Amino acid sequence: MNFISILTFVLTGAVTAGTPLLFATLGEIITEKVGQLNLGVEGMMLMGAVIGFSAALSTGNPAVGVLAGMIAGSCGALIFAFLTITLRANQIVSGLSLTIFGTGFSSFVGQKMAGQSLPESVRNSFIPVKIPLLGDVPVLGDALFNQNILVYSGYVIAILLAIYLLKTRIGLNLRTVGENPGSADTAGINVSLYKYVHILLGGALCGIGGAYMSLVTVPSWQDGVTGGRGWIAVALVIFVTWNPYKAMLGAYFFGALSILGLYLQSYLPIPQSIFDMLPYLATIIVLIVISLKKSKENRPPKALGEPYFREER
Amino acid sequence: MNNEVYIKIENLTKTFGPVIANNNICLEVNKGEIHAILGENGSGKSTLMNMLSGIYTPDSGVIYIKGKHVSLKTPKDSMSMGIGMIHQHFKLVEVLTAKENIIAGQKGSFFVGSKKLSEKIRKISEKFGLTIDPDKKIYNMSVGEKQTVEIVKVIYRGAEILILDEPTAVLTPQETESLFNILRKMKQAGSSIIIITHKLNEVMEISDRITVLRKGETIATVNKEDTNATELTNLMVGRAVDLSINRIEKKNNEIILNVENLTVVDDEKVKALDNISFKLATGEILGVAGVAGSGQKELCEAIAGLYPITSGKIEYKEENIVGKNPRDIIKMGISMSFIPEDRLGMGLVASMGMVDNMLLKEYQNQKGIFIEKKAAKDLSNKLIKKLEISTPGVYHPVRQLSGGNIQKVLLGREIESNPHLLITAYPVRGLDINSSYTIYDLLNEQKEKGVGILYIGEDLDVLIELCDRILVICNGKITGIAQATKVNKEQLGLMMAGEDMTTVMGVGA
Amino acid sequence: MFRVVKRTDLTKKQSVSFRLIAILGALLTTGIFIWFLGFNPLQIYISMLDGSFGSMYRFKEAIIQTIPLVVTSLGISVAFRMKFWNIGAEGQIIMGAFAASYFALYWSNLPIGVLLPLMFAASVVAGGIWALIPAFFKAQFGTNETLFTLMMNYIAQKLIIYIQYGLWKDPKALGAGKIAMFTDNAALPEVFGIHIGWIITILLVVLMYIFINRTKRGYEIQVIGESENTARYAGMNVKKIILTSMLLSGALCGIVGMFQVSGVNHTLSYQVANGVGFTAIITTWLAGLSAPVIVIVCFLFAVLQQGGTFIQTAFSIHASVAQLVQGMILFFVLGSEFFIQYKLVLNNKADSIIKKEAV
Repeated sequence: MNFISILTFVLTGAVTAGTPLLFATLGEIITEKVGQLNLGVEGMMLMGAVIGFSAALSTGNPAVGVLAGMIAGSCGALIFAFLTITLRANQIVSGLSLTIFGTGFSSFVGQKMAGQSLPESVRNSFIPVKIPLLGDVPVLGDALFNQNILVYSGYVIAILLAIYLLKTRIGLNLRTVGENPGSADTAGINVSLYKYVHILLGGALCGIGGAYMSLVTVPSWQDGVTGGRGWIAVALVIFVTWNPYKAMLGAYFFGALSILGLYLQSYLPIPQSIFDMLPYLATIIVLIVISLKKSKENRPPKALGEPYFREER
Repeated sequence: MNNEVYIKIENLTKTFGPVIANNNICLEVNKGEIHAILGENGSGKSTLMNMLSGIYTPDSGVIYIKGKHVSLKTPKDSMSMGIGMIHQHFKLVEVLTAKENIIAGQKGSFFVGSKKLSEKIRKISEKFGLTIDPDKKIYNMSVGEKQTVEIVKVIYRGAEILILDEPTAVLTPQETESLFNILRKMKQAGSSIIIITHKLNEVMEISDRITVLRKGETIATVNKEDTNATELTNLMVGRAVDLSINRIEKKNNEIILNVENLTVVDDEKVKALDNISFKLATGEILGVAGVAGSGQKELCEAIAGLYPITSGKIEYKEENIVGKNPRDIIKMGISMSFIPEDRLGMGLVASMGMVDNMLLKEYQNQKGIFIEKKAAKDLSNKLIKKLEISTPGVYHPVRQLSGGNIQKVLLGREIESNPHLLITAYPVRGLDINSSYTIYDLLNEQKEKGVGILYIGEDLDVLIELCDRILVICNGKITGIAQATKVNKEQLGLMMAGEDMTTVMGVGA
Repeated sequence: MFRVVKRTDLTKKQSVSFRLIAILGALLTTGIFIWFLGFNPLQIYISMLDGSFGSMYRFKEAIIQTIPLVVTSLGISVAFRMKFWNIGAEGQIIMGAFAASYFALYWSNLPIGVLLPLMFAASVVAGGIWALIPAFFKAQFGTNETLFTLMMNYIAQKLIIYIQYGLWKDPKALGAGKIAMFTDNAALPEVFGIHIGWIITILLVVLMYIFINRTKRGYEIQVIGESENTARYAGMNVKKIILTSMLLSGALCGIVGMFQVSGVNHTLSYQVANGVGFTAIITTWLAGLSAPVIVIVCFLFAVLQQGGTFIQTAFSIHASVAQLVQGMILFFVLGSEFFIQYKLVLNNKADSIIKKEAV
């Protein structure tokens, strides 16, 4: 195999592997930008995975599967939102509770489907589809434009999210809420509404990420199918400094790391588990670098993790 | 002056648990009027304004805007009624630009970033003489610039009624005059302005009518022409108060603190203190005057060992303590007490009771690894009696006490350690008149014992009457050290703005 | 319609009863879910209790599961008191297990009286160091500890996977990725049928209670947790206290690692922590960081866990239902916190006027 084809192969795999990460990361970016730290990403992904799989299995319709996964993720997020916004509960504990609940829920509902495979109609919908012209570009074009439909959705959603966040009025309001909710409140922005909506949106995206794992990556139902990717996503959000454009790069990079191990094994004696460590090490380095630099940009949203209520005395 | 009534408030009441913040307040503000709400700290001014701006909801009472009965449940309601509030602590997002802060939350185009928006902002700036750069990030702005952004923000949102909460707290006398000019222009344009303050001289200068609040109640509403400072003070405190504070004669002794060429640099590599030199003698009160943020905080903390020093000397009785932290200073046997501005955030542990707070410094003197609390408990009871501290119990969290009592706890603890050098920052901020006088007496007591006191304060009248000398600091530099008996407030104000003492008071002052 | 007002008058008794009502609410809701699936919820619950109390053997198993939860919670409580969000207990347990295993495997010819203390000491050091690293960066640079400690978990886990399938792979396991079983002299002896970890645990609970409430360092930790500024003002060496406290926090978690490899599994695998590090965060928080209450809460969680495994065999209900119940209880208790801190007050009719008038 020549170098070009290996490179193409790796890049393609990176994008495919990185897509569920991308969805989850985008979801958590939105949630954190509005000031909430939701550590329940793994739980929401698992809920999305199991409900998505179940829906696709019973209806044979892939779109229904993805949609169901989205809704499941949102439901999980709704619990978190209700607890932390309306009932002012501690965000870290609430998020972890969601993960525990989501994991249990997924195992429980999934056990009935253990080992079952998705019907042809569903699997066929996720076969890579080449985009004419763009897909003919060597290496990059092949890797980026010869993918399944969810991967393409990933590109679109990431770009839309970036524009939404940085260029629209609602995005500006959202960012104000996450940086200084008191200021947003005085400006007439409905802080609770903005938080609720965007937490749910974030949950929906995490749900899609989970559904991707159960519908595309693995042919039959496996318990714990997300394999901790939810936690990687939490790390990724910091790694890409809450920027949706960078999230694409970050997700695919981490995706690359996960498959690179297999291929470099023959050239370098580094085992897979060490490669698995790299994303986490990389995130730690980013954490340290952010805390060393005094720049005011690229920081976590100022009010991240803090509850907001107006009558404070 | 147009006599159309813009705002009418009838019997507005607001409680927070057992505390009655506003009790049957009545107020009327006309169109095209500058109306001052005058009152001591804790008189209920801020609560009233927060209700007008929709942040708090009243327990009972009625608000009329332009004759219509309204219910202001959210800031949005208030804004839609044309009320624009400018808070003492700015509600700005640091990482966004001025323009982004101004348009946030407003209705308008889906996409932001067009030139048209900047235009509207520029028009407002020109009309009222408010200079801002719409694309500048807030974290790059000075305090005065930030306040300007707040004003533009509020006007942009269509405010016809402006409420300013202690707007001059962070401004020099000269910046204050600029602000007042802006307010006069707005008044001409037909806006109503409510200014909340406790500074009598400003009230007499800028307002048309004045409403005085005391202990949550409306005392009186008067026209400016019909009143004067003394009458207003009487209304504010309820009895004729002898404005003079007892100043004990200073017995000139040894130099206890010698600060030489002290330079201190903050996080952003800006010089917070620039080549500061001064001496403090025992039995003397040296006041420090300056606009908030001129370096007072850094000065206190540098001497107390809480702030890293770039260069210079700080000598306590000829021993250089630069580079030592509080623990070292205690170990060296130096008895220095620092009463910080931030009482609950630095001086005390808010969630602990008096007993645990008494332990804060003295626990290190106990032997062994266990803590013994009996002595602290005895001290707490002693202080309660001596300083008339009102608290449900010695184990009750101090955060639930009133501002005055919190300060008494803090001061009490520090004075008990019999310091030779006492540094105190804004000790009477937030205190009622009686408590303030108790504090002045306490300080004079210490002065008589021969303690050297560094007093950072904001009330120039108090500084002139209580202190022996006054050091004026501006942008980290000393602009002058004057004898308190020989300087007046205007001169201090000019020095606070950066004028050198020789220019202000002549050579040889 | 309603306003939220802060409560000032709740007694301890009332707070506790609120929480108990919450737990009942959780059980009820999960019960409905279970009934929906076609089972009798009461039967299931009783059966879950049976899983821990039905026989001496099962009771001992429940205790064995409580032990790691309690000690980890103690460790986490030290960190949480300082508002240092140590999410890395899982990794600290793993590293403690790793260090203890090293001695068990390579120094197995030492007598048990020497080997066990050595393993104990090793686990303390390893767990402590694993917590010290993020603590150092937090103290020195203000690096976010929540995410740093979280990442350390994964690094620890991957490290063990690497070892398990590589360096320490048991040649006798015929290619399977397993580490060899320990020799007998590396196993914790038992008292009353439970490894002596339980005695050490009780000791630790008492020690920690005294430490937090009666010692100088405990006082310092409480002050720092409230406000670093105040601590510094009082002359406390904040950095040093953060570091030594985190050393303690990690050390306690490390001990759990030693318990698990020496007293329960008698070998090392990357699943040695088995989620205890995360569950303990919840139990610590539920217990309000108090040492004696931690014991109670951890026991209840262990009973739940045990119950879940039990009904799996008895009713063919998947063990994950225990996680569901745990999750539900958490949601309800988290929600009940709100009603403990605040109360709802009806708005005064006088100023709820139709908006139309104002427009």
